Amino acid sequence: MHTTIISPANASFLGLPTVIFSILIPLLGLVVFTYIMAMRRVPLANAAPDNRFDRPSERISNVLKIWLAQYRQPRYMLAGVVHIVIFFGFLILSIRATSLVVIGFSEDFVLPGFSGTFGHIYNILKDYAATAVLIGCGIAAYRRIIVKPARYAVPAKYGKDHTAEAVFVLALISILMISESFFDASIAAANIQQGLHAEYIAPLTLAWLFKSIFLAIPVGALQAIHVLSFFVHDLTFFFFLCFLPLGKHFHVITSLFNVYFMRLDKGNIKPVRYGIKDEDLDDLESFGVKKLEDFTWKHILDFYSCADCGRCSDQCPANAVGRPLSPRFISIKGRDLVFKNYPVYPVQKPGGPAKESEDLIGSIYEEDEIWSCTTCGACEQECPIGIEYIDKIVDLRRGMVEEGNVPQSLQKPLRALEKRGNPWGKMEKKRAAWVKDKEFAAECEVKVLEKGEQASTLYFVDSITSYDDRMVEIARSTSKLLDSAGLDFGVLGKKEKDSGNEVRRFGEEMLFQTLRDENTEAILGSGAKEIVTTDPHAYNCLKNEYKNLPPVSHISQTLLAKIKSNELKLKPVEDSSKIYTYHDPCYLGRHNDLYDAPREVLDSIHGLNRVEMDKSRDRAFCCGGGGLMLFYEPEEDQRMGVLRAEMAKEAGAHVIVTACPFCLVNMEDAIKVAGLEGEMEAIDLAELIEQHIA
Amino acid sequence: MEILVCVTRVPDTAENEIELNSAGDDIERDDLVYSVNEWDNYAVEEAIQIRDRVGGSVTVITVGDDESDEILRREMAMGADKGILLSDDSFEEADGRGIAAVLKAAVTQGNYDLILTGAQSEGGAGEVGGMLAAMLDLPYASLVVSIEESDDSLKVGREIEGGNIEMNEISMPCVLSIQTGINEPRYVGIRGIRKVATVDIPVQSATDLGLADGSISSEVKRLDYFVPDMGEGAEMLEGDDDEIIEKLIEMLKAKGGIK
Repeated sequence: MHTTIISPANASFLGLPTVIFSILIPLLGLVVFTYIMAMRRVPLANAAPDNRFDRPSERISNVLKIWLAQYRQPRYMLAGVVHIVIFFGFLILSIRATSLVVIGFSEDFVLPGFSGTFGHIYNILKDYAATAVLIGCGIAAYRRIIVKPARYAVPAKYGKDHTAEAVFVLALISILMISESFFDASIAAANIQQGLHAEYIAPLTLAWLFKSIFLAIPVGALQAIHVLSFFVHDLTFFFFLCFLPLGKHFHVITSLFNVYFMRLDKGNIKPVRYGIKDEDLDDLESFGVKKLEDFTWKHILDFYSCADCGRCSDQCPANAVGRPLSPRFISIKGRDLVFKNYPVYPVQKPGGPAKESEDLIGSIYEEDEIWSCTTCGACEQECPIGIEYIDKIVDLRRGMVEEGNVPQSLQKPLRALEKRGNPWGKMEKKRAAWVKDKEFAAECEVKVLEKGEQASTLYFVDSITSYDDRMVEIARSTSKLLDSAGLDFGVLGKKEKDSGNEVRRFGEEMLFQTLRDENTEAILGSGAKEIVTTDPHAYNCLKNEYKNLPPVSHISQTLLAKIKSNELKLKPVEDSSKIYTYHDPCYLGRHNDLYDAPREVLDSIHGLNRVEMDKSRDRAFCCGGGGLMLFYEPEEDQRMGVLRAEMAKEAGAHVIVTACPFCLVNMEDAIKVAGLEGEMEAIDLAELIEQHIA
Repeated sequence: MEILVCVTRVPDTAENEIELNSAGDDIERDDLVYSVNEWDNYAVEEAIQIRDRVGGSVTVITVGDDESDEILRREMAMGADKGILLSDDSFEEADGRGIAAVLKAAVTQGNYDLILTGAQSEGGAGEVGGMLAAMLDLPYASLVVSIEESDDSLKVGREIEGGNIEMNEISMPCVLSIQTGINEPRYVGIRGIRKVATVDIPVQSATDLGLADGSISSEVKRLDYFVPDMGEGAEMLEGDDDEIIEKLIEMLKAKGGIK
């Protein structure tokens, strides 16, 4: 193309051909970048194994949905949309940036396929993209500097504020957008001034704006602007590339891989060590994560990928009540340690850490921080790039359990679980004592399958519902419901042990396996064709972590099926003035995607007035945690349940319906603590439905 | 430092419903779960911590039967280096003094700088530690809540009336009975117990210990157990909430519950 402007490939500066720089800058940039990436690979290679190369089609579909379509971004609308704009702008402009590098030494270079109409369309698209990205950067900078959303703040104990790095990167991106537009605008303006053909520049774009301004600038000056803007772009581009792996903007490179390798299954916990069978665990030298290198490579990749957006911590109930846990800083502290122990420069030992790893607990993580997690999963549900927390927390707990580093408040229930199969140390033979209550037994007979009796449906009650004076009411209501629905059902009685959902999540893997094996044997021995649970923790564990069991359902699913088939008939709501709200138990909702069945069951009570809380379904706020979490004595400013009760009040509800005995314990306590007694009550779904049997 | 910790196996009060048997001379022992006596567990933790600070070894010892093996292993999983089981038919009926005599025989076979016992066990007599010290002619401190090592002696804190602490210097070798709360005993996981499941634990009989026939007898014999009749000790505080709280605080202060 004939033009008045000399390209950087042919220009010279003080007698020196500028093409030298167009070759040197990319060359040096790529060398440094490759070196940094090679250094960043070392911690991944030294980490524990992880099994993430299976099920490629599911992984690709995650990449398309979560990475490419940015599916989780709009959960935070403004920040999400700004991110989507910058993300797509980057994708579009990466093609232009690449070709621009080559144009630096080969003036007429056009990427294959970009020479014809497609090239013209692309040019229009990339000009709008650059404009949109610059506007996005402006909004993002305004948020960072002026609005300062609370979730970006860094509490003093976690170190310095991260605003500077964020703003610096926004500035780099802005420079890229402006210099790229300058490059095109200067040549177009010069050509127009000389009456030559100029590439079409779409209106209202940055390049279009600059072109209009440049029309008033002499061609000689435009020549300087053209070459200068090229090198500003070139330098910034390669500086940015090398800067990415040094901080939180590493996610620009790693997020694609992080999403590809993200967890595919819900409700499960990683094995102690990938590749080691349960029966060989005794031979393992060490359990869990104690030092940095005990994390799996995916977990190190998580550290690399954290963009510090703060969404996890914003949703974390432990963080909300002032427990010493903020998931965001699990990642940031992890990354800081990786960078410290494996510095880019100077490297001391090839392929090894520059610094011997210390115990993580007591150096970067605190015991209470790690015990504070209820494993509710809100953080993982929110993370836009699939960073995992629960497995890391559990792995750290496994390490602490092996070291004997377990809070006294948890030692008693763990010992009781070992000896009696329930955390209260109650007698095994009393596990089905609730069945024998005179009034109840007169209404409903429950088979106790202790001595070889059989039933086609097994009601797996689990510990709290078997022993707690209040929660046995759930068991009784459930039995009446199963009876009314015409099911032949029984309970395991003393043969049932705690499901172990929390035993595993509190890091006592071997105890979990013992409980699991005993339960599995008892369940298979009962001859049951299906299992029903009322405890989502048991449901989760039996469904996702036990093997070879008959199908497991939660009572809400059973009830819904029986209501739909007309085998269970309900009468209209008793008190139509009451407003009900459904609280999603974490282990039913987030961990098992069971949101609709309990709601549909509620709605099948004619006349029941139901509202949704602001935080519901996959954003539900944890009640305070179940299982062993009931025994843990956390440092906190207030109880999660109290916050939850206040949310229900805000929604205008008088009755919190839940479908989990632990939620019920926590919510009943919280209603008292919040001083809402008399105006609010909590009830289990099974109890409520049982009250409405027609 | 060579440390010996005397431990015993007791029904776990937290995990059992303790009932008297029909004869009334013992508790119902079917369906009980046992564990290491709580005080002894604190003593073992303390011994491990001392060993980790100054070196040496920790040996746990118990007078019991085959089933007592379980608690020795648990304490070894916790970190004790060695376990010794003292078992003999003639020990079965031993009273507190008898147990002390058996332990004395075992202690004299070793070369221990420090001997720890729990302050008491299920029976609540709290007698073995003191008797053992007397039989060994060693200095003794009871209800110990802190231990600090210096050259040939120890600085030990003892819990006294009203939650106050008395500091003492005691020369070694010596016998200390350990009070709960001296430390936070570490957790022993299933994995830890499995790791020591096959470690050999020597069993010593009366003969091995050089105890003559009939030397371990029970001079104190248990006649009966009974649940006392409910007294009328309850005092109902009256008044509005503030008054009740004030009275309660006063009473707790008077009884030394709070300061």
